[in-house]
Amino acid sequence: MIEIINLSKSFNNAKVLDNLNLVINSGEVIVIIGRSGCGKSVLLKHIIGLMSPDLGQVIVDGSEITMLEEHEMDKIRLSFGMLFQGAALFDSMTVGENVGFTLREHTSTPENQVRDRVANSLELVGLKGIEKLMPSELSGGMKKRVGLARAICNNPKIILYDEPTTGLDPIMADAINDLIIDLNSKLHVTSIVVTHDMVSAYKIADRIAMLYKGRIVAIGTPDEIKNTKDATVKQFITGAAKGPITDLE
Amino acid sequence: MREWISGLGIKALNFFIYIGGTFNLMVSTIFQVFVLPFRKKEWVIQMYKVGVLSFPIVFLVAFFTGMVLALQSAYQLTKMNAQMYISSLVALSMLRELGPVLTALVIAGRVGASITAELGTMKVSEQIDALRTLAANPVKYLVVPRFLALCIMLPLLTAYADFVGIVGGYIIGVYKLLIGSTIYWKMTFDTLAFKDLFTGLFKSFIFAIIICIVSCYEGFITEGGAEGVGKATTRSVVISFILIIAADCLFTALFYFIFP
Repeated sequence: MIEIINLSKSFNNAKVLDNLNLVINSGEVIVIIGRSGCGKSVLLKHIIGLMSPDLGQVIVDGSEITMLEEHEMDKIRLSFGMLFQGAALFDSMTVGENVGFTLREHTSTPENQVRDRVANSLELVGLKGIEKLMPSELSGGMKKRVGLARAICNNPKIILYDEPTTGLDPIMADAINDLIIDLNSKLHVTSIVVTHDMVSAYKIADRIAMLYKGRIVAIGTPDEIKNTKDATVKQFITGAAKGPITDLE
Repeated sequence: MREWISGLGIKALNFFIYIGGTFNLMVSTIFQVFVLPFRKKEWVIQMYKVGVLSFPIVFLVAFFTGMVLALQSAYQLTKMNAQMYISSLVALSMLRELGPVLTALVIAGRVGASITAELGTMKVSEQIDALRTLAANPVKYLVVPRFLALCIMLPLLTAYADFVGIVGGYIIGVYKLLIGSTIYWKMTFDTLAFKDLFTGLFKSFIFAIIICIVSCYEGFITEGGAEGVGKATTRSVVISFILIIAADCLFTALFYFIFP
């Protein structure tokens, strides 16, 4: 379980997270929605300890992580996998080296088993046999799927997805959605997905939380969010140009 | 007026943040050098990139500098009929000053800029964040191999530049100014003392630390996409140049009093 308590973060006096509270249950798929630049990625980076909050706590399976030293945090990070918005593959490494990075760096798994695990992970994301390619030889969508293969290769307990379907064609986006659901049901991982793709959110989420003005303003099942009476949430999920969100800007 | 003072305050604050950041990076780099596992393969790759690939440009710069130095000193010394001292002047200038400083400036431009551009691109494309999420320490993984490569290869390149510069001076001295070859070499080696070589190589070791820490730190703090990478690279080269010249002045003065 992940508990986020009174989390606050500002950049250049602009409050991005403002006393944010959220509880994420083990094994669930929670989708965090919100406008671009509202702090969704910042929230993810706090959960995996890439950023330190100005105030507040992040508790991962009982450990408060915001005060941990980097080497202590590294032990916790091994139970995480993260898919970055732009995939963030290492340019100087092949696809195979990227995907098998954690296994090679942090385990004594024999090389032939690492290669098998890399091949399995790539097969899961529909990219069998591309281990020897360099990231520069891949399309945007392929990079994203390799990024996902890297995130799942060491069997993490928690996977963070930063805009997993952005930049993918609708068919591939749906394949990624299925993969997230599949990983969740087969491996019982906790998935935290940041997106503004509502089709994806409705399909994969056990719960949807909306981030607005640095706080979670609504949280519920996809049906509850669909039928919300909250005008702010309604404007966002219907994609209306006019409404309380845009009126305030 | 108030705005001017507040602007000055922000600049001073940013200056101290920069000093603190680079110092912090240097301390953690030196600490991480001794933390297992040693990435010997990566060290060798960086030594090749930093050192071996720089041999041609260092050769050209040192060779021409040696030649120019011989010609410029001949301009004055022939008037006093003291051409034979050209060799001593070239050798001492190369070993004590021009070898270490010119090589460091060349490496700051060639290698330091490339380090900042590479790490800066990794920063803006979230690759450094990705390294951290995969529980890999970016200092250990990215800075330590470059640090070791520079600290080992820059003094070696400096010794190489010293030799090439002396050869450049020799060619002018012997073939243009018609100084005897034996006399030229004798005057070169008779003048030199171990401290001349040592002080030059020590300075180049300090310059290696400056180049590595400045270029890596600039890479790590890069923000703002391609434009940010360009600005960081320029800043890295400019700051390295200034610090190299300042450190040269400081250590030359220090050695002047330690080894009079």
